[in-house]
Amino acid sequence: MTEFKQPTVEEDVAGLDMIYREHILDHYKNPRNHGNIEHPDISFHDNNPLCGDEIKIEVKLDAQTHISDVKFTGRGCAISQCAASMLTEELKDKTLEEAKKITNQDIIGMLAIPISPVRMKCAILSLKVLEAGIYEYENKQKLQKVRITDS
Amino acid sequence: MSKTKLALKTFDVESIRKDFPILKRRIFGKPLVYLDNSATAQKPQVVIDAMTDYYTNYNANVHRGIHKLSEEATHAYEEAHEKVAKFINGSFEEIIFTKGTTESLNLVAYSLGKALKPGDEVVITEMEHHSNIVPWQQVCKEKGAALKFIGIAEDGKLDWNSINSQITKKTKIVSLTHVSNVLGTINPIKEIGKVAHENNAIFIVDAAQSVPRMRVDVKDLDADFLAFSGHKMYGPTGIGVLYGKKNILQDMSPFLYGGDMIKEVKFHESRWNDLPWKFEAGTPNIEQGIGLGVAIDYINSIGIENIEEHERELTKHAMKVLEEVPLVTIYGPDAESRSSVVAFNFDNVHAHDVATILDREGIAVRAGHHCAMPLMSVLNIIASVRASFAIYNTKEEIDKLAASLATVRKVFKL
Ligand SMILES: Cc1ncc(COP(=O)(O)O)c(C=O)c1O
Repeated sequence: MTEFKQPTVEEDVAGLDMIYREHILDHYKNPRNHGNIEHPDISFHDNNPLCGDEIKIEVKLDAQTHISDVKFTGRGCAISQCAASMLTEELKDKTLEEAKKITNQDIIGMLAIPISPVRMKCAILSLKVLEAGIYEYENKQKLQKVRITDS
Repeated sequence: MSKTKLALKTFDVESIRKDFPILKRRIFGKPLVYLDNSATAQKPQVVIDAMTDYYTNYNANVHRGIHKLSEEATHAYEEAHEKVAKFINGSFEEIIFTKGTTESLNLVAYSLGKALKPGDEVVITEMEHHSNIVPWQQVCKEKGAALKFIGIAEDGKLDWNSINSQITKKTKIVSLTHVSNVLGTINPIKEIGKVAHENNAIFIVDAAQSVPRMRVDVKDLDADFLAFSGHKMYGPTGIGVLYGKKNILQDMSPFLYGGDMIKEVKFHESRWNDLPWKFEAGTPNIEQGIGLGVAIDYINSIGIENIEEHERELTKHAMKVLEEVPLVTIYGPDAESRSSVVAFNFDNVHAHDVATILDREGIAVRAGHHCAMPLMSVLNIIASVRASFAIYNTKEEIDKLAASLATVRKVFKL
């Protein structure tokens, strides 16, 4: 029988007050790469239905493969906004292929705080937005190629 | 509605708290302060015991056996319908058990929706829960009908001008919430029902937030349909109610088809069972139904008027102490016009972060859009913190909430 066991105070408190650390608050209050890009190549927006976090990411590419600029806007909790800010820093000067390799675990690593299962959605929202944006961009490119070869 | 207090039991919150075993829990080493009652209420021991008792002593399917156990289970399950009927002043045949408010509203939307035609209109309000928006969006789309919204005035109440302009001869259905699960606004549904009926529209009430905390009398309100959930009124999850006026239910087509809802099945046609079973297809949630009946007994033993009074005191107190907290904005009407829900935001801190910090103090609140995204857009916010109260809450708990908000400032260095 699986019986409910009240967690001990120690279990509960472990890693507790580590969430709102200095660097998290810093990125939250002074987000990096915040704003919009004129004529972005990639632009995608999504929200997290649980709490209403919103993120929009815009990317400018060089030669269709290299990220020359990236900006984000959004509203939401400290975790989601901080993750977006850190992700944009990470993306500068990366190629699209490199950007596609970033994982959820990388985001957790950048945040460097304990993320509870509920807050996981907040933490990875910006990465999901980026992935969806790249996917949409690459599909468009493929379609264009098809059209060009067709004509 | 009698205003005199029922002297059933003097309201003693300490003894009530003893009825709820979960209140002994500690969260992060602190006593649980459960202020998420609009989402779901905690369960008294009697409700928990009733469900165990069913499984331990008389588990059987209902309406399907002539053996002793089935007879006992059927009796208990049907008796629960009677208890609900009495509680809201309907009759036994008018009480359909569903899985919750959401299913109740879907049931009406799909069944009534079949008759909608292009040019017909359905009127709801800007403060509805998604469960009273999305089903109507879908049936309107399918039938080419228009979905219209009654607006909200500055004070967080429905705008009367909008009520009178949106409900017209074209309106076939008016469906609205009795109490807003975000603003706490208690809507003048009896008056709105009159306007609906003057225009020959069907009048539906989402009573998910009102039935647990105030006297709801379907005859007095003259509601054609009324929906609510067991889990918000100290009963189990997985059980809810759709009340419908008998004459309307008789003519309405079923929503789900299958066993139990039929009288006779031939190869190519069937005859529907009597009310309310015509709308309860398949093996129902028997133990939850029984649990809901016991939850109603429990509410009756305390007295719904006493519950209303206790929660009103808590709400007034909460409004007073939260208004004094710096950087806090409260949404919705004054304490007099609201039920026991207080939604608020903290300047420059997202609701989710506030809730995380409160959680560390053992305080459970809801943070998010509360399944009311259109309302969030009217308020021009993406989320809010929501504290909501029930019979077992105390003023001391609300003081703790206010005090813990100071921690938010500290953590965010505001
Ligand atoms: C006003 C209102 N309507 C409908 C619902 C939906 O209830 P349930 O999720 O139990 O179906 C809720 C609760 O979440 C509510 O507060």
